[in-house]
Amino acid sequence: MIDCKHNTELLSQSYDRPITLRERIAMRMHLMMCRGCRNFEKQLAFLRKAARELPRKL
Amino acid sequence: MSDIDPEALQGHRSHLIRYAMLQLRDPNLAEDVVQETLVAAIESRAKFAAQSSPRTWLVGILKHKIVDLLRKRAREPQLNVAEGEDENELVDALFKENGHWADPPQTWNAPEQSLENAHFWNVFEQCNQRMPLNTARAFMMREFMEMSTEEICQELGISTTNCWVILHRARLALRECLDMNWFGNAR
Ligand SMILES: [Zn+2]
Repeated sequence: MIDCKHNTELLSQSYDRPITLRERIAMRMHLMMCRGCRNFEKQLAFLRKAARELPRKL
Repeated sequence: MSDIDPEALQGHRSHLIRYAMLQLRDPNLAEDVVQETLVAAIESRAKFAAQSSPRTWLVGILKHKIVDLLRKRAREPQLNVAEGEDENELVDALFKENGHWADPPQTWNAPEQSLENAHFWNVFEQCNQRMPLNTARAFMMREFMEMSTEEICQELGISTTNCWVILHRARLALRECLDMNWFGNAR
């Protein structure tokens, strides 16, 4: 079982590299049981969206 | 061929400067790349006139100028990434020794609406500026200039693993800053 620290690393890397099946399963297992990381996951998606809209918003 | 209205171009200038500052954080360098961008725009004035969104087009030119500049600078020692920037402090503060959140992230209220709020973008900009220079730079290259991780590693002369670590820290830092200063989860 991976911990939150490791899980956030994987969630973040999923935006930068292809994630292996094993990693994906580990993340899903963790996310099912961890509300903090579920919030973090949504917020990461928001960060990407916001950063990519920034050039139009400045 | 029609000339570009210098005033129209000047109107975009402050926007371009803000954009360049986010990436470079150096007023002189920002001034330089924006100047080069405007010159390039004037040189291809026919294209400029044909743009439905001149600003997007200008930002596109500016991106290339910034990448060129960073590429040149990456070979100079002072811009090596993450040297002397102790970003582990942040990670240590966010997680307990057992690897669990010290303070688990709370839900953000209506984040999509924030994107339409001018004040949100000021906070976002300030949060970027609060990150260590090279962390912010890698993050901006990735998210803002939409460069691939491989390109960023190459440009900055760092390993892929180091690149992932830096990008992850950037996201943690930005999330934390927005959480405290915008979404109102100050602790
Ligand atoms: Zn967790």
